[in-house]
Amino acid sequence: MKSVLSPRRAEKLDRLAELASEPSDERGESLTREALRRLRRNPVAIVGAVVVLLFVVLAIIGPLIAPYPPTATVGLDQIRPGVIPGPSSDYLFGLDHQGRDELSRMLIGARQTLLVGIVATLLGFSAGVLIGGLAGAAAGLGGRVGRWVDSVLMRFIDMLLAMPSLLLAVSVAALLGRSLTTVMVAVGFVSVPVFARLLRGSMIAQSQRDFVLASAALGLRRNRVVLGHILPNSLAPVIVQATLTLATAIIEAAGLSFLGLGSPDQTVPEWGTMLADAQRVLSVRPELAIYPAVGIIVTALGFTLLGEAMREALDPKLRR
Amino acid sequence: MFRFIVRRLLQVLPTLFGLSVLLFIWLRRLPGGPETAILGERGTVEQRAAIRTQYGLDQPVMVQYARFMRRMLRLDLGNSISTKRPVIDEFMDRFPGTIELSVTALAIAIGVGIPIGYLAARRRGTVIDHLTVAGSMVGICIPVFFLAYILKAIFSERLGLFPTTGRQDPRIEATRVTGFFVLDGLLTREWNAASDALMHLVLPGLALASIPLAIIVRITRASVLEVLGEDYVRTAEAKGLTTRVVRGRHVLRNAMLPVATTIGLLTGGLLSGAVLTETVYAFTGIGQFIAESINQADYPVLMGFILIIALVYVMVNLLVDISYSVIDPRVRVS
Repeated sequence: MKSVLSPRRAEKLDRLAELASEPSDERGESLTREALRRLRRNPVAIVGAVVVLLFVVLAIIGPLIAPYPPTATVGLDQIRPGVIPGPSSDYLFGLDHQGRDELSRMLIGARQTLLVGIVATLLGFSAGVLIGGLAGAAAGLGGRVGRWVDSVLMRFIDMLLAMPSLLLAVSVAALLGRSLTTVMVAVGFVSVPVFARLLRGSMIAQSQRDFVLASAALGLRRNRVVLGHILPNSLAPVIVQATLTLATAIIEAAGLSFLGLGSPDQTVPEWGTMLADAQRVLSVRPELAIYPAVGIIVTALGFTLLGEAMREALDPKLRR
Repeated sequence: MFRFIVRRLLQVLPTLFGLSVLLFIWLRRLPGGPETAILGERGTVEQRAAIRTQYGLDQPVMVQYARFMRRMLRLDLGNSISTKRPVIDEFMDRFPGTIELSVTALAIAIGVGIPIGYLAARRRGTVIDHLTVAGSMVGICIPVFFLAYILKAIFSERLGLFPTTGRQDPRIEATRVTGFFVLDGLLTREWNAASDALMHLVLPGLALASIPLAIIVRITRASVLEVLGEDYVRTAEAKGLTTRVVRGRHVLRNAMLPVATTIGLLTGGLLSGAVLTETVYAFTGIGQFIAESINQADYPVLMGFILIIALVYVMVNLLVDISYSVIDPRVRVS
C-alpha cells in the first residue's frame, strides 16, 4: 500500500514506532535499589546501621561472654544499706543492689531487650497492616460496600487510638498478670492503630496517583490494581515506621517496667527492668541507672537514625 | 460547619458503644471476675454472693450489659478498694492536677516546638537545622521517667532551683476554687500560691514535654519543608505578595495541618507520660493514683479511669477534627 504521507515523513514515523516498541536502553532504577544507594551514601544511615548491628551482635553473643550468671549474688557480702561497691577489677561495672555483677546483667539483658522490641513491633505491625490494608483496599476499591468496610474499620482504629497506651497496657496487665509477655502485648497493641492508619492513608494517597489511573486504563481488574500496584507502593512508610516503632517499643517497655507491670522474674535481666529497679538506689549508686539508660537511649537512637534515613531515602519527593 | 460538627458527633456514638462493650468484656474477663474487681482479692464468700445478686451477675449477659451501661451513664463507677471513696470523686480531685501538668507540657512543646521546627526548615542544611534534627531524635529516645529523675536530681536536689515533689508547698494555705492550683491562685489573687504551684509545674512539665516537643519539631520542620516546595508558594511569591503574607497565609497555615493532627494524637501519649512523671515527682494527679492502683490491683479505679479517660480522648480527637476543618475547609466536604 502506498503511503499518502511524504516518504520522509513516513520514514520518520517508522523510526519513532521502532523506538517506541523497543525497550529503551536507559532503564529506570527501582525505587528500592535507588533507596539503598542513597542509604549507603548517608552518614546518618551508616551510624544508625552500625549501632543497630552492634546491638544485635551484643544480643547474640552477650549471654555467651558474660563473666557471671545473671542471678548469681556473687558480691552479696559487700552490700550493706547505703553501700553498693562500684567498679573493680573483678566486676567491671560494679555490683547491683542485690550483689549481682552489673556487666553480666547488661550483657545478658541486651538479648531480652531486643526481643521485647522485636516481638512488640511485630505484633503491632502484623495486626496494623492487616487492618490498615483491609481498610485501604476497601477505600481504594470504592463503592458503597468498600466505603462502609473502610469506615467501620477506621472507627475501630479510632477506638484504639482513644485509649491512652498506658491504660491499654494496664488493661492487658490486669488480664494477663505481670510478665514480659504483658509488656510486649501491651506495647505492640498500642502501635496497631499507628500502622493501620499509616497504611490506609498511604494506600488512599497512592490510589490517586497516575500509575493507578494508567493501570485502570489498561484494563486491569481493580483487585489487581489494589494488591499488585497500590499495596506494594504503599508499604514503604509502614516499614520505616516499624523501624521507628522498634525504638519507641524499647522505651515504652522500660516505662511499663518502671510502673511495676513488667516481669517480676529477676532471672532474666532486661534493661528496662534494670533501669526501673535502679531508681530505688539512685542516691547510692546512680551508675546502676545510667548503664541501662545509656544502653536504651543508644539503641533507640540507632533504630531512630536508621528509620529516619530510610524514610528520607524512600521519599520520592527528595529523590534526585 | 454546623452540619459537619453534628455529623462528627454522631460518628462518635459507635466508638463509644464499642468502647463500652470492650470494657464490659474486659471486666468479665478479669481474673476472679467482676466480684474481685469490685471487692478486691480480700472479699469473703458471702460478700461475693452479695455482690453477685446486687449487680445481677446471675442474670443473662444482655441484662448485665444493660445494667452496666445504666451505671456507666450515671457515672456510678463504684468505690475505690484502697481509699473506699467513690471512684468518680477520686477522679475529680486528681484530674485538675494532671490537666495542669499536661497543658503545661503541651504549651512548652507547642510554644517551643513550632518556632524551632519552622526555623530549622527555613535554614535547611545549616548548623541550626542539623542540631535541631539531632536534638529531636535524642529527645524521643530518652525514657521520660529517667529524664524526670535527672532533672529532679540536678535542678531541685543539687541546685535547689525548683521544689522536688508535690503540686504546692503544704505550708501555703491556699483557697481552693476549681482544683487547678495555678488558676485558683490567680482567681483568689493569692499570687504567692499561684507562683508556687507554677514552680512545681516547671520540672515535671519539662520532662513530660520532651517527647511531644521532639515530635512537634520534626513534624513542623518536615511539613514546612514540603509546603515551601509547593507550586502555590512559588506562585504567591511570583505574584508579588509580601514575604510576610506568603509565610503566614500560604506556608504556615498549610504546614499546620499535619501538626494539628499530631497534637491530637499526642494527647494519648501525654497521659501515659504524665503517669510516669507524676510518679517521680509525687505529683498528686491521676497518673500517680493510677500507678498506685496498679500496684494494689484496685480494679474499680482502673476501670473507671479507663472509661473517663477514653471519653476525654474521644472528645479531644473530635475537637482536633473540628479544628482541622477550620484550618482546611476541604475536610468538611469529604
